[in-house]
Amino acid sequence: MGRFILGRLAATLPVMGVVAVIVFLLLRLAPGDPAAILAGDAASPEQIAEIRARLGLDQPILAQFLSWIGRLAQGDLGSSIISNQPVAKLILDRIEPTLALATTTILFAVLVAVPLGVLAAWWHGTWVDRMVMAISVLGFSVPVFVLGYLLIFGFAMQLRVLPVQGYVSITEGLWPFLSRLILPTLTLSVIYIALIARTTRSSVLEVLGEDYIRTARAKGIGETQVLWRHALRNAAVPVISVIGLGIALLISGVVVTESVFNLPGLGRLTVDSVLARDYPVIQGVILLFSALYVLVNLAIDLTYLLFDPRIRY
Amino acid sequence: MTGSTAPSRLPARRPILPPALLNPGVLAGLAVLLVVGLAAVAAPYLWTGDPILLRPRLRLKPPFELAWLGTDAFGRDVWSRVVYGARVSLAIGFAVATASVLIGLVIGLVAGYLRRLDAVVMRIMDGIMAIPSILLAIAMVTLSGAGIGTVIVAIAIPEIPRVARLVRSVVLSVRSEPYVEAAIGAGTRLPMLLVRHVLPNTIAPLIVQGTYVCASAILTEAILSFLGAGIPTEIPSWGNIMAEGRQAFQIAPWVILFPGLCVAATVLAVNIIGDGLRDALDPRTARRLGALR
Repeated sequence: MGRFILGRLAATLPVMGVVAVIVFLLLRLAPGDPAAILAGDAASPEQIAEIRARLGLDQPILAQFLSWIGRLAQGDLGSSIISNQPVAKLILDRIEPTLALATTTILFAVLVAVPLGVLAAWWHGTWVDRMVMAISVLGFSVPVFVLGYLLIFGFAMQLRVLPVQGYVSITEGLWPFLSRLILPTLTLSVIYIALIARTTRSSVLEVLGEDYIRTARAKGIGETQVLWRHALRNAAVPVISVIGLGIALLISGVVVTESVFNLPGLGRLTVDSVLARDYPVIQGVILLFSALYVLVNLAIDLTYLLFDPRIRY
Repeated sequence: MTGSTAPSRLPARRPILPPALLNPGVLAGLAVLLVVGLAAVAAPYLWTGDPILLRPRLRLKPPFELAWLGTDAFGRDVWSRVVYGARVSLAIGFAVATASVLIGLVIGLVAGYLRRLDAVVMRIMDGIMAIPSILLAIAMVTLSGAGIGTVIVAIAIPEIPRVARLVRSVVLSVRSEPYVEAAIGAGTRLPMLLVRHVLPNTIAPLIVQGTYVCASAILTEAILSFLGAGIPTEIPSWGNIMAEGRQAFQIAPWVILFPGLCVAATVLAVNIIGDGLRDALDPRTARRLGALR
C-alpha cells in the first residue's frame, strides 16, 4: 500500500506540471504585449518597461519558464505588482475566512445531502424522491450570488436576524464568528447539496438493486439493518468521490460568495487581483487552488481503502 | 401501458419522441426556453425602450410605478435590459455548448483511437480540469480583454475536457465491439471507421452533455459578468444588469432579483430538458458523467 500511495502521489506531478504550464502561458499567449496588459490603459511607457523588467518578460520564453519553475520549487510565488508584498504572505493573510467558510459548508452540505439522498432512494418514486430531485435540479440552476442576495434580502434586511456582510475572526467570540458565516454557508452549500444528494440517491438506488440486498432481506434481516449494514456502506464510494470532485464547484462558489458577503478571504483576493490585473497574485491563487483540488482528490482515492475492503491497490 | 387496452396485431409503431421526453417537467422546460427564445428574437417589439438609455432623473424607480420592472441606478429600464439580455445569455449558452462539444469530440476521438497520443492528451485534459473553471475563465477574460467572443472561449475551454473524456470512454468501449473489428477486418480506413461506426455512438451522450454545458455556460456568464470580468458593461446581459445592481441592492433589490429569476428559470429549463433527454436516451456513461458536470 505504501507503494500505491507513492505511485498516486507521483501521478499528480504531471497534472500539476500541466497546470503550471497553463498558468504560465495564460499571460504570454494573451493577445498583445503582456506588460502593457498588466500595466493597464493609463500606463506610461516607463511603467510598462518597469513591469516587463520586473516579471522578466524581456527574456526568452523558455528562460522565463525555467526561472519561474525554479523559484516555485523553492516556495517563492513572487510578489504583487500593486502592493509589492510577497504573494505567499498575501495568501496566508486571507486564508482564515476561506478555510472557515469551506469547513462549515462541507460539513453542512454532507449532513444535509447524504440523508436527503438516502431518503430519496429509499422512497424511490414517491413524492419524497421527486421533492429531493426537484430541490437538487433547482440547486444546480440558481446562480450562487442571486441566492446570496435573496438570503441577505430575507434574513438580514427584512427579518434583521443576521448581519448583512463582513467577517469576524473566531478569536473574537463564537457567535459573532458563526452569525456572519450562516448566510454564506447556506449560499455556498446549495449547489454542493444538490450534487451530493443526487449522487447519493443514484448510488444507493443502484446498491438496493443488488443481489446481496435481496439475500439479506431473504435472511429476514430488518429493513433498517439492510439499509445501514448492507446498502449504505456499499454506496459510500461514489458519494465520497463526488464530494472530492465537488471541491471544484466549491472553489468557484467561494470566489462568488466571498464577493457577495464581503468576506476578506482568498476568493476576494482573487477577484481583487483579477480586477487590478495583479498577475503574480492571480498565478499564485490559481496554482494554490488547483493543487488543493488535486491533493483532496488524492486523499479521497486513499479513503476508498477504508470504505471498501474490496478495493485493493 | 398503451398495449394493455387493446390487443395489437401489428408491432407498435416507434413514437417519434421517446415517451420520457413528454413528461410535464420537460414540456415545461421546453415552454420556458421557447418563451425566452422568442423574447430574445423579438426584443425590439416587446414594449421595450432603449436598453442603454440613461435617464438620471428616473433613477431606482420601483417596479410597476413608471416601468414594469423598475429602473436601475442610471435610470435605465430594467425590463428592456432583461429582454435584450436574453439574447446574450442564449447566444453564449448555445455557442459554448456547440464549441466545446465539437472540439471535445475531436479530442476525444483522437485520444480514444490513437493510443500513442492518448496519455499526453488526457494529461493535458486532467490539468485543465484541475484548474477551477471560474478562475481560469476570469483570468482569460481579464488578460484578453472583455468581449462576447472572449467570454465564449473562456467558458468553453474548461468544458472541453469533460466532453473529451466522455467521448473517449465511448470510443474505448466501442472499439472492441465485433462490428468495429469486422469493419477493420474488411479494410475500412480510419476516418471512415470513426465517422461511420464510432461517431454515431457518441451522439446520444453528447446531446445530453451539450445541454448541461449550455446550462452551466449561462450560469457562468452571469457569474463572470457579476464579478466584473465578463461581457463589457455597454452590452446588457443578465450578469451585467445584476453586477450594476450590486451597489444599490439594499434600496433597489429588483435590479438583481428580476434578471436573477430569468437566469434561474432558463438554466432550470435547460437542466430539466437535459435530465429528460438523459432518461430518454439512457446512455449509462452520460448518466455517470452528467452527475459530475
